[in-house]
Amino acid sequence: MLRFILTKLLYLIPTMLGITLVAFGFIRLLPGDPVLLMAGERGVSAERYAQIAAQLGYDKPIWQQYLHYLGNLLQGDLGNSLVTKKPVLAEFLTLFPATVELGLVAIIIATVIGVPVGVIAAIKRGSWFDQISMTGALVGFSMPIFWWGLLLIILFSGILQWTPVSGRISLMYFFPPVTGFMLIDSLISGQAGAFRSALSHLILPSVVLATIPLAVIARQTRSAMLEVMGEDYVRTARAKGLSPRRVIGVHALRNAMIPVITTIGLQIGVLLAGAILTETIFSWPGIGKWMIDSISRRDYPVVQSGLLLIAAIVMIVNLIVDLTYGLINPRIRHK
Amino acid sequence: MSFFSTRFLAASALALVAATPLSAKTFVYCSEGSPEGFDPAPYTAGTTFDASGHAVYNRLVQFKPGTTEIEPALAESWDVSEDGLTYTFHLRKGVKFHSNDKFTPSRDFNADDVIFTFERQASADNPWHEYISGITYEYYSSMEMDKLIKSIEKVDDNTVKFTLNHPEAPFLANVAMPFVSIVSKEYADTLEKAGTREDLNNAPIGTGPFKFVAYQKDAVIRYQKNADYWGEAPKIDDLVFAITPDASVRLQKLKAGECHLMPYPSPADIADIKADPNLKLDEQAGLNVGYLAYNTTVAPFDKPEVRKALNMAIDKKALVDAVYQGDAEIAKNPIPPTMWGYNDAIEADKYDPEAAKAALEAAGVKDLSMEVWAMPVQRPYMPNARRAAELIQSDFAKVGVKVDIVSYEWGEYLKKSMEPGRKGAVILGWTGDNGDPDNFLSVLLSCAAAQDGGANRAFWCNQEFSDVIAKAKATSDHDERVKLYEEAQVIFKKDEPWATLAHSTQYVPMRKEVTGFVQSPLGDYTFENVDLTE
Repeated sequence: MLRFILTKLLYLIPTMLGITLVAFGFIRLLPGDPVLLMAGERGVSAERYAQIAAQLGYDKPIWQQYLHYLGNLLQGDLGNSLVTKKPVLAEFLTLFPATVELGLVAIIIATVIGVPVGVIAAIKRGSWFDQISMTGALVGFSMPIFWWGLLLIILFSGILQWTPVSGRISLMYFFPPVTGFMLIDSLISGQAGAFRSALSHLILPSVVLATIPLAVIARQTRSAMLEVMGEDYVRTARAKGLSPRRVIGVHALRNAMIPVITTIGLQIGVLLAGAILTETIFSWPGIGKWMIDSISRRDYPVVQSGLLLIAAIVMIVNLIVDLTYGLINPRIRHK
Repeated sequence: MSFFSTRFLAASALALVAATPLSAKTFVYCSEGSPEGFDPAPYTAGTTFDASGHAVYNRLVQFKPGTTEIEPALAESWDVSEDGLTYTFHLRKGVKFHSNDKFTPSRDFNADDVIFTFERQASADNPWHEYISGITYEYYSSMEMDKLIKSIEKVDDNTVKFTLNHPEAPFLANVAMPFVSIVSKEYADTLEKAGTREDLNNAPIGTGPFKFVAYQKDAVIRYQKNADYWGEAPKIDDLVFAITPDASVRLQKLKAGECHLMPYPSPADIADIKADPNLKLDEQAGLNVGYLAYNTTVAPFDKPEVRKALNMAIDKKALVDAVYQGDAEIAKNPIPPTMWGYNDAIEADKYDPEAAKAALEAAGVKDLSMEVWAMPVQRPYMPNARRAAELIQSDFAKVGVKVDIVSYEWGEYLKKSMEPGRKGAVILGWTGDNGDPDNFLSVLLSCAAAQDGGANRAFWCNQEFSDVIAKAKATSDHDERVKLYEEAQVIFKKDEPWATLAHSTQYVPMRKEVTGFVQSPLGDYTFENVDLTE
């Protein structure tokens, strides 16, 4: 097992190196540059442009800039934002918990609803439940997130006034961040009603963010279940006279969960992509919005190091997902 | 005790201190973006200035609310020498800087603070010039303060003398701008000793109407009323900026009572806002212009008669209706009518496609095809450049001119539109920085701005025009300046390097209970005078 983990970790090194190259190159391939965007309509003289470029080190050949960046990375320096002039790592750590909190709640919603819906749809294949839920999943999967988020805000916050419009907690509450997770911090703060407020602010954005993964998980669970239900061992289990609950819960579901867990793991990437829009609509101070702002301002250091950090996290999550296979399926564990 | 629980206890203790519930008068502003930082000098975004310069700081002089007139601020009065080269500012006495948990001022504001404010931007040798790596002072350099100011002297604790290299009338308006907000020298010294220089940008100390309390990145900025404010103390106790980037969401928050006032409503929502009984809408003519700049160095656009003919072909009324939803004034001059020096005697371009066609023929222009560039971004002066370009395309088609609409990514657009050999006419605009006509005419139309990355996208260099505005800039007699700028507009109109399109209206939606908010023609959002009625 340890060897398995170590090999996987070793694989990460060339991948990360590749990511630095892609991230570094990708943002520079985009037309437009940070100095011109800063100058805006006013323009900037060639002399002043050269001065700023030299100060930022952008006057050097591109390969030198890349090596310089790699050298700094090895020393743990991810660079400073061109816009805020603050260290990229510090900004990332400030904003990341907000994204994790939102993403975790979203994936929990997606799994807790998606898996049972998929299972029931598979068992009652062709029933009205199957048809309605799978059509719903198709609609959810195709939903434009921005429009969906705004629609929910107008309905639940505007017309019904059940939920707050945006933000992480009511402005009434003010306490210093301890963990960065608002649900936990609001409990720690001990202020009456703070937790409730944080929770109510989480509902809409996490539902919006959960929409696509929920649809994918439900459909994936359904098809995996259908496949497994046709297997010999399920028929045997039935023939043995086991209760339908045991046949489905133990013999079928456990085997069907392997591809579902892979799907859930892969949804992390989808979540981060969805977070960009969700965070913008709900004024959620996370890394999705941070990355989008940085790309549009050509904030090179933030984009290249931010992408690297995000990629590292996605890879680690996928590694953890790989490891959980072993827990679910002993055959993989013993191989 | 483990690390976590120590931290936990410390945080709980802090929370108890900070947990005092916000008092009744908390004003929430749904701002549209995050500040780049809280030191107003190195940044250029209006959002940053609202959060730093306007809330926390003061300048030597300031714009009278709702106008671009200069009034005393940290300088009670000033004398200008006969030759216009020396400005002596008499500083206000007894002005206190804010304090925070790491700093309590031991003295009042004085001349050292003024000199520190300017010198750290002016001189690369100043130890505070690059106190954060990569920091630059874009406004100081683009307003050419470095070329203008020869020296700054402390006459005594309450008197500062600026000597200029050449007379420049807009100097006072320049020092009313946020980038020269007065920072505390004593605070800088304290930070220097503590080894936390970056706090000048993170935990600002100013003399302004509000004290900075806390900033949660991309989410919330909190301020408290400055009870020791030298001016009239704010009527609200707490000011909160709730950062809400999406315009539709801002409006929902305003409707739900989660904030009291918002900037930049989407034009499509204006009717809805007007219909809402809980909201009111403040409108004001913006200090801006949207225009189409021809390249006056490329044939056939080098001929004024061709440009004039094309301008006659544009149905500006239809353009204002479609692009600005009617919320703009048709532009006939390069400066807006709310600005002093505006020449109302100038005749607007007539919309006359027939005459335009004839004029093009007379100029020998046949089968002309050209590019019209549409900006990829929305600006208050141009909410939908693509739509504007399409209208111009169909207008020009009626006079036999074929138009290809092109667009580039914004940074690329700015860069390519500055290239001298550029083909095609560019849609762009400008919003004033300081209310001085020079800030439009010099920046956008002078010969100097036509070279080397300047903002003169028409590459129009009319020496007579440049001389007139240079003369106006060096004159301190206001009436004389008005006359010169009026003359400059006549020259502009004779040549028409642009098709002037529109001056857009600025809207500020707010809740009914908000009183005392005065819109700034410069697009600043300041809250020292706002109040909430029950």
